[in-house]
Amino acid sequence: MHFRTQTSPHMTPAHNVGQVMRRVLYALVPGTLAMAWYFGWGVLINVALAVVLAVGLEALMLVLRRRPVIPTLSDYSAVVTGWLFALALPPLTPWWVTLVGVGFAIVVAKHLYGGLGYNPFNPAMVGYVVVLLSFPREMTLWLPPMPLSEVSFGPMQALAAIFLGQLPPGLTWDAITTATPLDLMKTELGRNLTITEIRDNPLFGDFSGKGWEWIGNWFLLGGIALLFMRVITWHIPVAVLGGLAVTAGLFWIVDPDAYASPAFHVFSGAAILGAFFIATDPVSASTTPMGRILYGLGIGVLIYVIRTWGNYPDAVAFAVLLMNMAAPTIDHYTRPRVFGQKPPRRENGGTP
Amino acid sequence: MTEQAHKLHRFHGGLHLPRHKEESTRDPVLPMRIPARLIVPLRQHIGESAEACVAPGDRVNKGQLIGRCDTYVGAAVHAPTSGRVVEIADHPVPHPSGLSAPCVVIEPDGRESWGESRLPPIEDYLDADPVSLRNRIREAGIVGLGGAAFPSAVKITPRPGQTLDCLVINGAECEPYITCDDSLMRTHARGVIEGIRILMQALKPRCCLIGIEDHMSGAIAAMRDALGGDEAHGIRIVPIPSLYPAGGERQLIQVLTGREVPSQGLPADIGIVCQNVGTAYAIYRAVAHGEPLISRIITVTGKGVQHPRNLEVLIGTPIADLVAAAEGYTDEVSRLIMGGPMMGFALQSDAIPVVKGTNCILAASHEDVAPPGPVMPCIRCGQCAEVCPAQLLPQQLYWFARAKDFDKAQDYSLFDCIECGCCAYVCPSNIPLVQYYRFAKNEIWAQERERRKADIARERHEFRQARLEQEEREKAERLARKKAALAAKQDDTADDPKKAAIQAALERAKARKAAQEAEQMSAEKADKEPSG
Repeated sequence: MHFRTQTSPHMTPAHNVGQVMRRVLYALVPGTLAMAWYFGWGVLINVALAVVLAVGLEALMLVLRRRPVIPTLSDYSAVVTGWLFALALPPLTPWWVTLVGVGFAIVVAKHLYGGLGYNPFNPAMVGYVVVLLSFPREMTLWLPPMPLSEVSFGPMQALAAIFLGQLPPGLTWDAITTATPLDLMKTELGRNLTITEIRDNPLFGDFSGKGWEWIGNWFLLGGIALLFMRVITWHIPVAVLGGLAVTAGLFWIVDPDAYASPAFHVFSGAAILGAFFIATDPVSASTTPMGRILYGLGIGVLIYVIRTWGNYPDAVAFAVLLMNMAAPTIDHYTRPRVFGQKPPRRENGGTP
Repeated sequence: MTEQAHKLHRFHGGLHLPRHKEESTRDPVLPMRIPARLIVPLRQHIGESAEACVAPGDRVNKGQLIGRCDTYVGAAVHAPTSGRVVEIADHPVPHPSGLSAPCVVIEPDGRESWGESRLPPIEDYLDADPVSLRNRIREAGIVGLGGAAFPSAVKITPRPGQTLDCLVINGAECEPYITCDDSLMRTHARGVIEGIRILMQALKPRCCLIGIEDHMSGAIAAMRDALGGDEAHGIRIVPIPSLYPAGGERQLIQVLTGREVPSQGLPADIGIVCQNVGTAYAIYRAVAHGEPLISRIITVTGKGVQHPRNLEVLIGTPIADLVAAAEGYTDEVSRLIMGGPMMGFALQSDAIPVVKGTNCILAASHEDVAPPGPVMPCIRCGQCAEVCPAQLLPQQLYWFARAKDFDKAQDYSLFDCIECGCCAYVCPSNIPLVQYYRFAKNEIWAQERERRKADIARERHEFRQARLEQEEREKAERLARKKAALAAKQDDTADDPKKAAIQAALERAKARKAAQEAEQMSAEKADKEPSG
């Protein structure tokens, strides 16, 4: 009897990319729901819109690039990109902002660089930075979190605001929007107020902003689930949060009135989401164990530096993109010691 | 005998794989009937091929030498049973590329007669001289039965200046499906232990550790029974965590001793010899019973056969006969693999014989070896690096192999890859990583061969050039010498009056002739002038 041959290993691989990405999506659900709880239907509409746009644009790019469409779409990477991008948006962001951001993320940052696996930068963060720089007004339309907001938007009202730019009668954008806790911290510190004074503002909760800290907790839960599902390793999230907390702690110990506490920094803005879901994007991150720690520490320190002395209140996107650039170099210098070899082999130069 | 637990170490990475061991261990080992034909390859080991020392038509005894091997790294081949040699010709042998190699084909007579061919048993093997034991292991054609088939006698001979102080016995059998070592230990534990004691007599190591994966409770109990406890005669049985590839030589040594075999080195470099339990048993049979290596236990398993089980098989039995002994194929069979599902290689045909290094025939079903989904781009998730037991960066090696950047691949220690397949198994993008590494290794070997060839050609050319120049030089020298001799001769003439007289006469004649010629020439000139 004759048989067809194939080389080893013969056992069917245990995972596929689609499975990995789907697990990331499951882990995003609790944090996303928490965000919708505090900021209303707009969050869910943003996510749905961004995901639809991301998948549509990915399909379009695949057709243009003459690549197989269905197998590639079923890797769910476009869904993850769209979803993460949407989580960075204010809850009532106009639809065209989402279109521009997702378009940049999928078309430019991902496919023009060669598609999944070849993009040096995190596509969702590229999209976010583009809209942040291009539409600064729209990107600051944050609502107060649920316990503080006087008006609540129903699903239809949120749809009208996002797609038509119409607010319910009698409301103006100025009336309903408010600064995020990070914004407030930055502007008030600029006015030489002390942290204690700033924290009297009703926006602040136990560690950071009301609502924000709980959103952070739910994303943390999802992140821990990712660790248990072995989708990510502990190196990057621990290093990001550790780098941020330690840097913040140093300044806080020196002058707790001029510098916010480490807990405030960790639970504010996108720090936890970034540490577990954005910085861990494998394609654009470091891949060696030591490299991942350095990469994460870099992000953590940069978040603090940009938040404290930069022009933007939050900094996860910039920090991630900056460290994306450093990832290949970090990998080059952090090769693990090979079994049976004594000193880790590091050569000088010779990089391709 | 209450001993403190042996301290175990960990190797990097590894995988918990579905074991699939129960299927083939339900029934005891079945000694197979003698097949109609035995195809015995002359090269079943690492090293030089043996030379056939029988001719077609010869009658052979069971255990008679049929392939002689006089090189140091090599192994003799013996007739697995008595019968008649039908032919000595090329037949397909177990090899990933499906190549053919010289085989001795024997038609058994069914009498199983040893005749005079049994080697004299060494009764007092525990007092025997190490050299005589090593010689016996060599004569009996024993090679590593774990799969690599390296001649055992070579492995247990220390090189000058080397001390081999630790003997590691591999009973880990970490690959899924394979249970031949498990079965051997359960049925012939005493023989295995005696074989280990013979190895100790030959090596005189300070310690001896037997590593057995902890799920093999039957084998561990049988071995304890045979040894008389966890530790006796300087031998210690150590259950180790079940983690693929714990049975890899380097990994097992690390787990048991905490020592790392140097990259590109051998266990002997750190004073360790590693032998498989099957090899130990074969050594016992060869020393105590005078039987060369002519049979072994082989697992026939997978959903592709009706009755998975372990068989005691004569070397050279065609695989089809093994499958028949397992009650034939099922409809699901889709791939025939020699070895395990992680490191074994697929066979084109079941007419191929089993050899000394064959531990398992896996008739895999579609379900067992389902084709993976489409290959996707690498997303650099790094799971491959997490499971790599050699602590390499498989994703980087993949990029370099793909880009044919072989220098870089070597710089990233490509040749430390043991091709265990862990990286490919966890790769979510279904990239056939191991294939890329094999490709890169083969290309590098090919380049090296080319370079060597070119070096040889250049050396030859330079040698020829030098030779021609030398010949030229010698010729010139010879000529010069001759000339000098001639000149010297001419000088000599001055001293000899007789010769001088002849010379003078010759010169006179020459002068006369010249004068005549001059006259004639002027006459001719005069003749020509009026007409010109």
